[in-house]
Amino acid sequence: MQWEIVIGLEVHTQLSTSSKIFSGASTAFGAEPNTQACAVDLALPGVLPVLNRGAVERAIRFGLAVGAHIAPRSVFSRKNYFYPDLPKGYQISQFDLPIVGQGSLTIQVPTATAGQTYKKVVRLTRAHLEEDAGKSLHEDFHGMTGIDLNRAGTPLLEIVSEPDMRSAAEAVAYAKMLHTLVRWIGICDGNMQEGSFRCDANVSVRRPGAELGTRREIKNLNSFRFLQQAIEYEAQWQIDTLENGGTIQQATVLFNSDIGETRAMRSKEDAHDYRYFPDPDLLPLAIDNEWIEQVRGTLPELPLSKQARYVADLGLSVYDADTLTSSREMADFFEATLNEVPKGAKLCANWLMGDVSASLNREDRDITQCPISPGQLGGMLKRIADGTISNAAAKDVFKILWSDGGNPDTIIETKGLKQMSDVGAMEAMVDEIIAANPAQVAEYRSGKEKVFGFFVGLAMKVSKGKANPAQMNEILKRKLAG
Amino acid sequence: MSLSINDVYKVARLARLGMTEQEAQTAHTQLLTIFGLIAEMQAVDTNGIAPMSHAQDISQRLREDVVTEHNQRELFQAAAPQIKEGLYLVPQVIE
Repeated sequence: MQWEIVIGLEVHTQLSTSSKIFSGASTAFGAEPNTQACAVDLALPGVLPVLNRGAVERAIRFGLAVGAHIAPRSVFSRKNYFYPDLPKGYQISQFDLPIVGQGSLTIQVPTATAGQTYKKVVRLTRAHLEEDAGKSLHEDFHGMTGIDLNRAGTPLLEIVSEPDMRSAAEAVAYAKMLHTLVRWIGICDGNMQEGSFRCDANVSVRRPGAELGTRREIKNLNSFRFLQQAIEYEAQWQIDTLENGGTIQQATVLFNSDIGETRAMRSKEDAHDYRYFPDPDLLPLAIDNEWIEQVRGTLPELPLSKQARYVADLGLSVYDADTLTSSREMADFFEATLNEVPKGAKLCANWLMGDVSASLNREDRDITQCPISPGQLGGMLKRIADGTISNAAAKDVFKILWSDGGNPDTIIETKGLKQMSDVGAMEAMVDEIIAANPAQVAEYRSGKEKVFGFFVGLAMKVSKGKANPAQMNEILKRKLAG
Repeated sequence: MSLSINDVYKVARLARLGMTEQEAQTAHTQLLTIFGLIAEMQAVDTNGIAPMSHAQDISQRLREDVVTEHNQRELFQAAAPQIKEGLYLVPQVIE
């Protein structure tokens, strides 16, 4: 019998503000321990939190980008638990009245067939603002734990999905789309190594059509690969457990990436009794329509809208459109290139996803660090489009542009890469070839059409690869016909 | 709603408060009085009235996103029982 895997994700995105959510301390990454932890972050007596407008504005941007309702009034609550990296003994979060309500995200999920995807809409339950905790360092302190509170009070937007995903691939596609979106709208730098984008996955299994099974929550997955591996391992473990007659207990588990396994955390029975209540230090947050509309006015065109436009207006495949909108920088690069060759959308797409991406990957760079500008690339593609150079010659131009820079037209000129399109010259060349190879000509004329390849090869050799292939073929066919 | 003495112990444990039996009994009696008051208030018909989350019916003011705090680590850590390499040291906790 079949099992169905059910996955919901909670993603913590660190908002890209300069200062913390409730204090004026810096959020810059990598500072010396505790040099960015002020009196509010340390929970010294008598301090009061004051909410950062920039954090609220980023939450609004997100809500608008996923078509969600922005709460005109939302409330901050205290989530109570004890841990040394949480100096107040509670985390300020949002509970029953979050800032962002229900929304949705459309994702493209890759299938087993390369280049093929299917579309799926994942519903978002909510997104709420909260503060991050500090960091505990368990090594090197002779049985003591070191606490760095620089991260304490960093603004987070926790984005909660409905349990709408049915495979690890769907969960990864959702996480990637969310990762693209938060960077696209400029609310999070998306740096997963630095912990700016962390996923928790709720996983359960059930028989298709049955009620939801008991879920286990995998905490703190900070790469798409780990997300995929952890979900696959966890789902299989649950299926094996149930098939062997066992039951699933609700639990929080950690993924050990070294051995690729999930393991339940030891937890006390009361560990999740957070006793939420409205924080008396913070009044309700009011957001009026004027502010929402002002933020809406600053939103860029969103990836989904661009994808649809690339497919409908430019004739690109869904896969191409999806890849070109993987980041705003990539889409901007594509559009700037296309500006040079307005009718060459497919040509631009092929080169960006082919030679440009491959070269960037090889040098471990991203599109913003591309040594070739969209103007240079577009200038070169224009010369392919108008027949000045062949695709093969373009690869040479591309290599020179990549390593030395310069103007594509100048490179084509000085390196003599122009295609031969002079019909008279090509005809003369073909006449010579025919005169010099009477045996092969006779063979061809007696019906052995395979010999045509021999003539094409010869013509390319004689023209030093510069002959326009289509024109040359046409001339060869005509002349060989006699 | 009634509150048992076990509820008192549970809340005390969650709040990391050690209580003697005598203290727990006192807290129990006091809390029951408070719960009695709450029961009285809950008898009032509040249909159609939006619950407030704060005693004051106003909304909060926001700060601009500007760094206004500078590093005062030395001053703050002067009050810490144990520090090392800029970190606060605490008894080890591993879950």
